[in-house]
Amino acid sequence: MAATGIEDHLREQAPRVLGALCRKYGRFDAAEDAVQEALLAASVQWPTQGVPANPAGWLITVASRHLIDQWRSEQARRRRETTAASLLPPGALVAPASDEVQPAEQDDTLTILFLCCHPSLSPASQLALTLRAVGGLTTAQIASAFLVPEATMAQRISRAKQSIRASGLPFQLPPPEEREERLRVVLHVLYLIFNEGSTATSGPDLHRVELSGEAIRLARAVHRLLPEDGEVTGLLALMLLTDARRPARTRPDGALVPLAEQDRARWNRAQIAEGVALISETLKRAPLGPYQVQAAIAALHAEAQTAEATDWPQILALYHLLERLSPNPMVTLNHAVALAMVEGPRAGLVLLETLDRDGRLAGHHRLEAVRGHLLEMASDLAAARASYQLAARRTTSVPEQRYLESRAARLAPGE
Amino acid sequence: VKYMLLIYNNRSIIEAMSDEERAKIFGDVDTIMQELTASGELIGGEALADVTQTRTVRVRDGVPAVTDGPFAESKEQFAGYLMVDCETPERAVEIAARWPDARYWAMEVRPLMNQDGTDM
Repeated sequence: MAATGIEDHLREQAPRVLGALCRKYGRFDAAEDAVQEALLAASVQWPTQGVPANPAGWLITVASRHLIDQWRSEQARRRRETTAASLLPPGALVAPASDEVQPAEQDDTLTILFLCCHPSLSPASQLALTLRAVGGLTTAQIASAFLVPEATMAQRISRAKQSIRASGLPFQLPPPEEREERLRVVLHVLYLIFNEGSTATSGPDLHRVELSGEAIRLARAVHRLLPEDGEVTGLLALMLLTDARRPARTRPDGALVPLAEQDRARWNRAQIAEGVALISETLKRAPLGPYQVQAAIAALHAEAQTAEATDWPQILALYHLLERLSPNPMVTLNHAVALAMVEGPRAGLVLLETLDRDGRLAGHHRLEAVRGHLLEMASDLAAARASYQLAARRTTSVPEQRYLESRAARLAPGE
Repeated sequence: VKYMLLIYNNRSIIEAMSDEERAKIFGDVDTIMQELTASGELIGGEALADVTQTRTVRVRDGVPAVTDGPFAESKEQFAGYLMVDCETPERAVEIAARWPDARYWAMEVRPLMNQDGTDM
C-alpha cells in the first residue's frame, strides 16, 4: 500500500478504534490520546513492516496498552501522593488479549461526532476536536490548516476534552428528543470546517491538509450513517457543488474570478453530477431544510451552461423560500442579487436598504461589494466605484481586496 | 478571526511608577497571558526594546538614509503586540481592555488580513 493509502486507511479507523476504547474503558479524553498514539505508531511501522491482517484490532490493542500504561503511572503517582482508592474501572489493569476488544458492531462515529460537537464547547474547540477524533488528523496538521501555532491548537483540543470530562457526558447518542437539535450543531461544525477550507491560498502545499476536502469526507461519513436525513444529504450536496467551482475561482496569479466570469469548463463535472443527483433525490422525499435549499441554488448555478443561461427566476424563488426557512442578513444579501437579475438592479438596491436599516450587516464589506455590483448594473458608475472602494477598505481578505480594488479602478472617471 | 493588539505606552511614566504599581502591571499581564494560553486564543506576541534603540530607514533616489530614533516624536510609543485568534471582534476588544497599558495609554485592535477568497 502506498504511504498515502496507508494514511487514509489509518484515518478511517480513527473513530472506530476510539469508539471501541470508549465502550470498554470509558474516559473519552484519555482514550482519544491513546488512539492518537496508536495512529502515530502505525504510521511509523506499517509502511515498513506491512499492514497487519486486522488493522483495527492492531490499533485497538496498541491504544489499549497505551491507555493502561497511562493509568498505571497515574495510579503509581496517586499512591505516592495519597492513599485514596483507585478510581480505575475493575479489570482495567489487565492487558486485553489482542482479540478481546473488537470494534463495536454499530458505528460509533456518530456518538463521537455528537460528543465533539457538544454545545458546551466553543466553536473553535468543536472544529479542532472533530478533526482529530473523527478525522484522525494530528494536532500539527490541524494547526497548520488553521494557520495557528501547534501549541495553540493543542490547548484548544485539551480544553475541549477537559470540558467533556468535567461535564461527565456519557459515551452514548443524545436522547431522541435532543437528536435533531444536536445534529444541526454537528452539521454546522462540518460547514464551518468546509468554509474554513475555502481559501484561495496560492502555491500548492502538499502537506497542508485541505479542510474543504476533509469536511466533505466527514459529511460523506455522516451521510452513510444517516442516509434518510434530508439536511445531511443537502449539506453534502452543497459542499460538493460549491467545491466543484474551486478550480475556476482563482486565476493562476491568485486573483479571484467572480461566478459570472468563471471558465465553466474548469468546474469539476463529476462532483457536480454527484451533488445534483443527491439533491434531486432528497428534495423528492425529505422534509425541506436550509441546506437543501442552498444546495438546490448551487445546483442551478452548476447546471447553467453559461452565466447568461442561469435560471434566475428559479433561484429567486428559492431565496424567497430560504428567507422563510432561515432568515438572516447574508441570505437577504444573496436574495438581493437574484432579485436584481430578475427584476433589475433598482429592485435589488431597494432590498439592500432594508439591510442598512437592519444594522447586523451595516459596515460589512460584502454589503458594499454587492451594492457596488448592483450600482454598476444600474450604470451609476461613480456611486458603484465608491461602494467598491469602501468594500475594499473593509475586507480582511487579500484576494477580495485585490478584486474590489480592480473593480473600482475599472470605473475610474475619464478612462 | 485573528487580531493584532498593539500596545502603546510611555516609558518615562512607567519608570516613575512605584514598585507596587509596576508589579501590579506585570501581574495583570501574567494573568491575561495564562488565561489566553489556556483558552487556545493566544497565537503570539512580542515586546519591543526601548524606543531609543530604534533606527529609522528611508531610501530616497536609491540612497538609504538611516537616522537614530523614531520617525515621529510622540509621548506614546508602540511598545509591543499580542496576536490572538478569537470568535468575535467584541472578544478582541475585551482582551485589549484588560491589558494594563489600556488603563494608562491605549491599545489598538486590528484585524489581520488573510488569504481567504470566497465566491464573489
